[in-house]
Amino acid sequence: MKILVIEDEPGMRDSMVQSLQQEQYIVETAIDFYTAQEKLHVYEYDCILLDIGLPGGSGLALLEELKMQNKTEGVIIVSARDSLDDKVKGLNLGADDYLAKPFHLAELHARVKSVLRRKKLEGHNYIICNNLKIDAEQRMLWVNEEEVELNRKEFDVLFYLVTNKNRLVNKSALAEHVWGDHIDEANSFDFIYSQIKNLRKKLKDTEAEAEIQAIYGIGYKLVNK
Amino acid sequence: MKLLNYTSAYFAIILLIVITIWAGIFYYSLLDEIYDSIDDGLDNQKGLVIQKAALDTTVLTKNSFEESDYAIREIMAADALNFQDTYTDTMMYMQNEKSDEPVRLLRTVFLQNGRYYQLQVATSMVEEDDLIKQLFYSILWLYTGLVITIILFNNFLLKKVWHPFYQLLKQLKKFRLDKSEPISTVKTNVDEFRLLNETIEKLLKRNIDAYTSQKSFIENASHELQTPLAISINKLEALAENNQLPESQLKLLASALDNLERLTRLNKSLLLLFKIENKQFAEETPVHINQLTQKIVSDFSDQAEFSDLQVTITEKDNCIQNMNADMAGMLITNLIKNAIVHNKPGGFVNITIHKNSIVVENSGVDKPLDEEKIFSRFHSGVPSSTSTGLGLAIVKAIAGLYHFSTAYHFDQKHIITIHF
Repeated sequence: MKILVIEDEPGMRDSMVQSLQQEQYIVETAIDFYTAQEKLHVYEYDCILLDIGLPGGSGLALLEELKMQNKTEGVIIVSARDSLDDKVKGLNLGADDYLAKPFHLAELHARVKSVLRRKKLEGHNYIICNNLKIDAEQRMLWVNEEEVELNRKEFDVLFYLVTNKNRLVNKSALAEHVWGDHIDEANSFDFIYSQIKNLRKKLKDTEAEAEIQAIYGIGYKLVNK
Repeated sequence: MKLLNYTSAYFAIILLIVITIWAGIFYYSLLDEIYDSIDDGLDNQKGLVIQKAALDTTVLTKNSFEESDYAIREIMAADALNFQDTYTDTMMYMQNEKSDEPVRLLRTVFLQNGRYYQLQVATSMVEEDDLIKQLFYSILWLYTGLVITIILFNNFLLKKVWHPFYQLLKQLKKFRLDKSEPISTVKTNVDEFRLLNETIEKLLKRNIDAYTSQKSFIENASHELQTPLAISINKLEALAENNQLPESQLKLLASALDNLERLTRLNKSLLLLFKIENKQFAEETPVHINQLTQKIVSDFSDQAEFSDLQVTITEKDNCIQNMNADMAGMLITNLIKNAIVHNKPGGFVNITIHKNSIVVENSGVDKPLDEEKIFSRFHSGVPSSTSTGLGLAIVKAIAGLYHFSTAYHFDQKHIITIHF
């Protein structure tokens, strides 16, 4: 999988690149409008992370060029300007997704994986994680080919953790992803724990080869058992 | 008190004092002149009587006034020598008036044929009380006339003169800094008003400029903060993924992350407020408040359950509002979030939806909060490390955008009402 990160801010770019490389993607970068334009003309990418505010021009202009070449598939706009206008424009121009800065790396992975999944595997596709099998469309989980009943939130939590397997998922990233953005002002994210507890029990009962670890004060991590 | 009435009142008081003093002076000088003239007349008559007495001695026997206006009686030489002419005011019976009326009486002595006679000459006087009465009524009429004239003058002329001033006042009353519409002033020939207009126009322009630049400064600052915040959070997350960190360091990391996230939320809320104020949410659709509320309450159900809160929705009627769907979502979300966050374990949140209002009641601290401040930014009744203090400010901003009214009151519970 080849990913192009178009981002002018070095700190931001490094974080994204490092984090994506951990997932074994081939990551290339472009630091301004012209290098991005050049790379987009010459190479093909599975996923493009596109910053809107770039030196030399707007990321939306790049998106327009991609649209003309019919190559907008797999574009995720990453913008500090969390503006509805940009979002609507970007999505109308064919971008797959819109991610507002600041974001959690876990959320970036979830979005990238979702784009890649939609792009590469048409129709039914399963995510396999040891003896776990997940159907993202039908929202179903099988352990050892046996269906496990999960409620909506349990499924979302599990799916998010599986997407970020072996990575530490910040509890606020998890809360925002599963419970929505507006959960952000919650007293604490401790209420997540009850869903995690149920999920752990179900994974244990079905002898799933995965477990959820709590990382002190920060969040959770799904690891092989 | 209005400026017009104010000047009128002053004029009335000043006139009252001036006219009273003036009336007093006028009265005494008038009286003085009358006495002077009467005394002259008496003096003349005295001369005539003495002359007549010289020719006709029968006159000397006329002891009482009767039909004439003089009386003569003989007196002792010793008395006569010490006698000086006196003018006195006295009363005398008047046939026509059938009562005692004031008269001016001259007492004098004269010598005729070696004998001394005392002569009294009287003439009818002005009746002072009548004069005063007359004068008082005239003055009263004058005063009333003057006051009415002044009021009319004030109302018609001054109103016209002060028109630019009142126009300016009207404009200033409507002026809102955040609307940044300059005021329009009336052209005037009065230097002071022109100066006032110019000064205020300049002042407002400076204020609008300062407000706009400050607003865009904060807005830009918030935007610019996003990237460094994103980098910091992502770097710390990367650090946390490093498994070698001991728990003590993870604790520090967790605390740093929590605070960065709090900063992020704060920043996001600020940006949202700016967007609401800049009316960046234009598109309006009919929004079903009932369904929206149910959805949001279900989103918060885990949180409510965790805090052991009872959340109920009572739908008295169907509430449909024409507004931006995102704005409606944020309005209800912030209302409910506020009720859940500022609550106590085992408490409750009761939501009632009427045709044109939504009422959110919640338990919490057992004392009323400051109604004035509750909707203002960064005013938090209870110190909280996770709340941004902007939730109700966002509610207020959205309500303001759509001209909804917001109200808070305390009745054993906190009650917030939004009237659509």
